[in-house]
Amino acid sequence: MADQKPKNPEKHSTYLPPMSEKKSSKPFHDTPMLDELESGPWPSFVTGLKRLAMDNDMMVDLLGQLEHSYKTRLGYWKGGTVSVFGYGGGIIPRFTELMDTDGKPMFPESKEFHTLRVQPPAGNHYTTDMLRQLSNSWNKYGSGLIAFHGQTGNIMFIGSTTDNTQHFFDEINEYGWDLGGAGPCVRTAMSCVGAARCEQSCANEQKIHRLLVNNFIDDMHRPALPYKFKFKVSGCPNDCMNSIQRADFAVIGTWRDDMKVDQGEVKAFVERKSRKYVIDNVVSRCPTNALSLNDDDTMTVDNRNCVRCMHCINVMTKALSPGDDKGVSILMGGKRTLKIGDTMGTVIVPFMKLETDEDYEQLQEMAEEVIDFWAENALEHERIGETIERIGLVNFLEGVGIEVDPNMINYPRTSSYVRMDTWDEEADKWNQRKAAG
Amino acid sequence: MTEKATPRSPIETGCPDGMQYLHPTYLKNYGMWKYHDRPRPGVLHHVAESGDEVWTVRVGTQRQLGPFELNLLCDIIDKYADGYVRFTIRSNMEISVTDESKVEPLIEALTDAGYPVGGTGNSVTMISHTQGWLHCDIPGTDASGVVKAMMDDLHDEFINETMPNRVHITTSCCQINCGGQGDIAINVQHTKPPKINHDLVANVCERPSVVARCPVAAIRPAMVNGKPSLEVDEKKCICCGACFPPCPPMQINDSEHTKLAIWVGGKNSNARSKPMFHKLVAAGIPNNPPRWPEANDIVKKILKVYKEDALEWERVGDWVERIGWPRFFELTELPFTKFHIDNWRGSRYTLNASAHVRF
Repeated sequence: MADQKPKNPEKHSTYLPPMSEKKSSKPFHDTPMLDELESGPWPSFVTGLKRLAMDNDMMVDLLGQLEHSYKTRLGYWKGGTVSVFGYGGGIIPRFTELMDTDGKPMFPESKEFHTLRVQPPAGNHYTTDMLRQLSNSWNKYGSGLIAFHGQTGNIMFIGSTTDNTQHFFDEINEYGWDLGGAGPCVRTAMSCVGAARCEQSCANEQKIHRLLVNNFIDDMHRPALPYKFKFKVSGCPNDCMNSIQRADFAVIGTWRDDMKVDQGEVKAFVERKSRKYVIDNVVSRCPTNALSLNDDDTMTVDNRNCVRCMHCINVMTKALSPGDDKGVSILMGGKRTLKIGDTMGTVIVPFMKLETDEDYEQLQEMAEEVIDFWAENALEHERIGETIERIGLVNFLEGVGIEVDPNMINYPRTSSYVRMDTWDEEADKWNQRKAAG
Repeated sequence: MTEKATPRSPIETGCPDGMQYLHPTYLKNYGMWKYHDRPRPGVLHHVAESGDEVWTVRVGTQRQLGPFELNLLCDIIDKYADGYVRFTIRSNMEISVTDESKVEPLIEALTDAGYPVGGTGNSVTMISHTQGWLHCDIPGTDASGVVKAMMDDLHDEFINETMPNRVHITTSCCQINCGGQGDIAINVQHTKPPKINHDLVANVCERPSVVARCPVAAIRPAMVNGKPSLEVDEKKCICCGACFPPCPPMQINDSEHTKLAIWVGGKNSNARSKPMFHKLVAAGIPNNPPRWPEANDIVKKILKVYKEDALEWERVGDWVERIGWPRFFELTELPFTKFHIDNWRGSRYTLNASAHVRF
């Protein structure tokens, strides 16, 4: 706890070097409000900003502007146009709006305070060497402040002048890092830890993530789409990447054969936690009543009615696990409020295998088809979920060449206001697909 | 004139190959893990089909990290672990070791350095947050400050696992809600129409796009003081702030009238119930830096009631579905108002069309 004195104050999150070590030339601004965020047990970003301000004037003035925001309860950044050579996006330009009476910036050293969005690897894995290398490069050209990670999923290098964005990018680009998306473009993707360390993963997130994003690298670096387009990959329906709600194109690992049950481990679990616990917390929490605890403390699963929600597998991690016939479900159109109201993604592909090169090629082609269709048909500033809402799911499916499936809906239409001239042909299609099976 | 150097062309590598940064045990057992358990709060233990094991220590960070923090944490990871680290979606670091005896010294080193170990299982994990006054161009409030203030108060819930199920809190500094869905979400809610600087609109804003951006068609082109500008039908305006990003002279933020609202029951996982949106429970909360005590108190009250009343494995949304909204407002002692009843499109599906009534 922070109330206790640190054992080694110089190696502690609360450490601030003595003023004699201050290298920045500008004196600190008074920051009484921000100072109140230096106490308490959680590591303080304010102390972090002050440590940076010991070394550079940009952060001295940044603290001044932030304190001013705390006082007036207003923000003072405006956007603009900053890019690196060859790209149109990936940088969030920020210029201060806080001017004194002469029209000069009140906090001149941080008057340009741009962010570079850089794509992390899928699953946000790093070596300490690489973190240090990135940090050293950023110290050379920027404020030193890095956010791991932004809500889209980028590493955000916060605080650089216009000139230095190019120098910093050139340096890290040479050792393997590239900018992410900003503006109306394909955005940086996100993936869970997945197959790297999670037994529940049913997908190769590393491969899916890079395949999808790196195929649209031109659409990421040169924003020319109707609006943003986000890919997210979750290895299982626990959806740790929040992809159904947050991604235009959500890829979620799943399986279609029977889940695996280790009856010995089921019995051991019942023994350890009690029958009541298993009935109350596993069996009766199954959303489709697909579980039954037998008299001998083994478990029977009605796999035809299991919807792969993951709850029982989350509780009984050793006894229950996903099946072997793995693949992915794809949902499209998730986004938050602006402007038609919230949308969850909708099932567009209930299941597809991702094993062979052809399978992966098919995924890639589908993403291309979908983005092409959306780019041609969307209104300006319209996410794909809004396009689907505006034109209807069926028009969207016909536009991208995907057949209807009852897994796409909660229930069939309840309104009779519909024209069905081609009912017989549509019913035939379904029967033929079923026969082809 | 000096000769201009040829600009360097970017190498468009896109997303880097993550395999090169995986812990060797992750790499060796990629896609071949068997099960996991949690030996204590803040620690995950994964066992592979091969018999290999990793213990992963999860540690909370302030998300915005400078060289001091990064070197401090990297030094610990190099000395007490294996030099590999990953970040969760909520800015926690995960540090894996293959030797169980290294777990406690690693936890001790992190704790000694002032970094909390926790955020696993049924804890209140790190709050996902946005940029706020630090860097955003349209923020109604700060993000890092709200999170710092709240995590100070919730520190014990982070380092323990005593909630009915995991709790994901999110914050957002405008109504776009970049923070996303949360069991509890603290989001800016504007309460007054934008104030328009008519001198600037014509030069700064692409007027037809701004008109098109309004969800309720309350903006129309107008000549004001002889200049082309925009006007807002203030009776129609829902104060969402959607016009502000494309047209900064339509200032939506206000020192007094920008308020906070609290929403509950968002859930992204498919476990048990389908994913759920969070729902409005409290509004009109003052935007009160540096520690936002009013918002904090409501969050703590909701958490307290949830902790006492929810059954094991119920997320906040699952719990409210079971006990019903009348009970939620009764237990949390929050006022229920006409503003809780949705009137946006599709809202009839949110009304109770049954004789199921709670007493």
